[in-house]
Amino acid sequence: MTDPTPTASPPLLAIRGLSKAFLGVQALDGVDFTVRHGEIHALLGENGAGKSTLIKTLTGVYQRDAGTVTLEGRAIAPRGVEEAQRLHIGTVYQEVNLLPNLSVAENLFLGRQPMRFGFVDRGAMRRRARAVLLPYGLSLDVTAPLGRFSVATQQIVAIARAVDMSAKVLILDEPTASLDAQEVTVLFKVMRTLRSRGIGIVFVTHFLDQVYALCDRITVLRNGRLVGERRTAELPRIDLVAMMLGRELEAAAHRIAPTMDDAEEDARPPLVRFRGYGKARSVEPFDLDIRPGEVVGLAGLLGSGRTETARLVFGMDRADRGEAAVDGQAVRLRGPRDAIRLGFGFCPEDRKKEGIVGALSVRENIILALQARQGWLRPIPRRRQEEIADRFIRLLDIRTPHAEQPIQLLSGGNQQKALLARWLATEPRLLILDEPTRGIDVGAHAEIIRLIERLCADGMALLVVSSELEEIVAYSRRVVVLRDRRHVAELRGGEVAVDRIVAAIASEPAVAGEPRP
Amino acid sequence: MIHRFLPLLVTSAVLVVGFLLCAAQFPAFASLRVVGNLLTDNAFLGITAVGMTFVILSGGIDLSVGAVIGFTTVLLAVLIEQGGWHPFSAFAVALAVAGGFGAAMGAVIHVFQMPPFIVTLAGMFVARGLGFVLSTDSIPINHPLYAEMGDMALRFDGGGKLTLPALLMLGVVAAAVVCAHWTRFGANLYALGGNRQSAELMGVPVGRTTVAVYALSGLLAGLAGIVFSLYTGAGYSLAATGVELDTITAVVIGGTQLTGGYGYVIGTFIGVLIQGLIQTYITFDGSLSSWWTKIAIGVLLFVFILLQKGLLAVWTGRGGAPAEA
Repeated sequence: MTDPTPTASPPLLAIRGLSKAFLGVQALDGVDFTVRHGEIHALLGENGAGKSTLIKTLTGVYQRDAGTVTLEGRAIAPRGVEEAQRLHIGTVYQEVNLLPNLSVAENLFLGRQPMRFGFVDRGAMRRRARAVLLPYGLSLDVTAPLGRFSVATQQIVAIARAVDMSAKVLILDEPTASLDAQEVTVLFKVMRTLRSRGIGIVFVTHFLDQVYALCDRITVLRNGRLVGERRTAELPRIDLVAMMLGRELEAAAHRIAPTMDDAEEDARPPLVRFRGYGKARSVEPFDLDIRPGEVVGLAGLLGSGRTETARLVFGMDRADRGEAAVDGQAVRLRGPRDAIRLGFGFCPEDRKKEGIVGALSVRENIILALQARQGWLRPIPRRRQEEIADRFIRLLDIRTPHAEQPIQLLSGGNQQKALLARWLATEPRLLILDEPTRGIDVGAHAEIIRLIERLCADGMALLVVSSELEEIVAYSRRVVVLRDRRHVAELRGGEVAVDRIVAAIASEPAVAGEPRP
Repeated sequence: MIHRFLPLLVTSAVLVVGFLLCAAQFPAFASLRVVGNLLTDNAFLGITAVGMTFVILSGGIDLSVGAVIGFTTVLLAVLIEQGGWHPFSAFAVALAVAGGFGAAMGAVIHVFQMPPFIVTLAGMFVARGLGFVLSTDSIPINHPLYAEMGDMALRFDGGGKLTLPALLMLGVVAAAVVCAHWTRFGANLYALGGNRQSAELMGVPVGRTTVAVYALSGLLAGLAGIVFSLYTGAGYSLAATGVELDTITAVVIGGTQLTGGYGYVIGTFIGVLIQGLIQTYITFDGSLSSWWTKIAIGVLLFVFILLQKGLLAVWTGRGGAPAEA
């Protein structure tokens, strides 16, 4: 097992032509996926690529519509996580699925405790727990509740349990998402040890640096289809990003919005200024200025820290380092209420969960933020509410029979516009839009982009997060590119182009394994 | 290491200090007779509270236990006095009915994914109502075996004795400690109370464990009903009203978290003794209204919940740091 990628032996796990549809939507379409003995295989793809569907089909959470799965040449069809585990497929999730209230030893042996005379042999359980954890370099009090240990330790315990229950294939679903750099190092060491023992590891992650640091092979999915399987050593980063985003780099769209003179523009005082702003396990410290009338785009792959940056700016997450200033005055953002008082607005990505209140009318949804800012003790008169609602329905062309229609009956694009209206009604100085065009039809899409340009012409500052690179390029004066929770580049003026963004996403880290500050 | 047992230690300290204070005020307090009576008087409560501890550890609640005790006493009285049954056959039937009743509630909770609070609340009304259907009167049980069993006791010098109910309670507590920590069922209970979904993913038989824990709680309530009828020598459908709340109180004072997953059976036992101690003190004093028992227990309960909340905050605050890894 010294060669990490033996090619002569039959594959450990072979998936062929796997298909799965939900309510007519094809989540997986004839996907092939192969894991060999003793390799770490990255499974990559953007949102909706089909990674989680593939994993859930493999572990028996979903039943496949078509295709075959063979483990060491034997066809398998697990009907549940437990059965998958019995068939030697173990899974460890980002959210550790162990029990924080039980001891480490009990977590390792729950359901398979060593017994003596019909009773659990606690002494033997402790001894075996210590022995199981030893190869992972963990020496800890196995009688202490698991919840007292760090997430990384919990994850290693979860891996140890899965491996000890005779896993041959180990699926790690974003195991590093909530770990810090040192914990990631420990986890990687464990993964390399397991690889040398011949276990096939499927590694799902958004961190490209980790893929190149660790993985032997890469399989990329996009929109439920297989894009390709490559050896990591033979796949340059730029090609990988292109595979994931699915675009030809030659066809680079350049910005179309008119440019002000950059030097003149940069001389203007910023509306908001962040210096060394960041939060551990969320985003590395970053500097960010946004000027009135300026659109700043945040680009990057899923999980790169785009949304986290937006949440920090709006105070939804509290920064644990750095300084923020508005109009040159230092401010503290302790929560969205502070941000709203400073004139910030935020349209979240998941409008169903965080944005609209489905059963309330369009008018009530539009008035919500304004009323919240005024305080609930001073209700806005009904007449004024109606005026405001009607004005924005006209202004943004929200297609609704009348202002009293429950908002859940509107189409996605119109819901999005109503949400936008909610913040516009407060006349914000800085508006943060997270994926403003997701899940809405093409016509509404164009309208929202036009609207963004108009708002910015009116002097409002905008911070826009989007996965649509052409869209970001179309309206942003500056684009901040993120990778692995770090602001890696800032493109401005003429530099703002799709190929430059992709190149920045794919760029090598300056110093490999650089410790985080 | 120590802080896992801190709630338990605090509870034990309260019991010891309370007992010493009582003994300081009333020298007669520190006698085997008083201790023996404390155990006998609270035997039915202790037995019920063990079942409640298991249910709460698993993340549930059982509000029906008081009503099941009342129903059991009536059922026994009717079977023995009006049906002419031998007490042992009546006991067997009563235990089977009470256990079956609990199992049925557990099945409803699991199959229909209903909140245990509502299901066992309904169970409480059903059991109480069934008792009244059997008889609305208090029926004395005059079977000679009852008198004999009432006299049965381990006697010590100085007038102290461990009666049959007290012995039964001690046996149940001992068996429950073993069950909680040295059987797979016990581990599954804690797992279920920790996180139901994780437990299921880790292969815990969730349905079977849920049904079993409510069946066990019902069975122990039935046993408590038998003990209660031995203790009072009668069956009455209004007996043991509010006992479900007394047992929940004992469980919480004993350091078990109402949300499940954390706690110890032995803590519940101490919680029962603390309640009994307060009652005994008020009897000794003679001038205090018996309602002071409720006030003292209420204050104590409040203090313990605050303590748990505080401890939990301290632990979870430390949880993020790699403590020993």
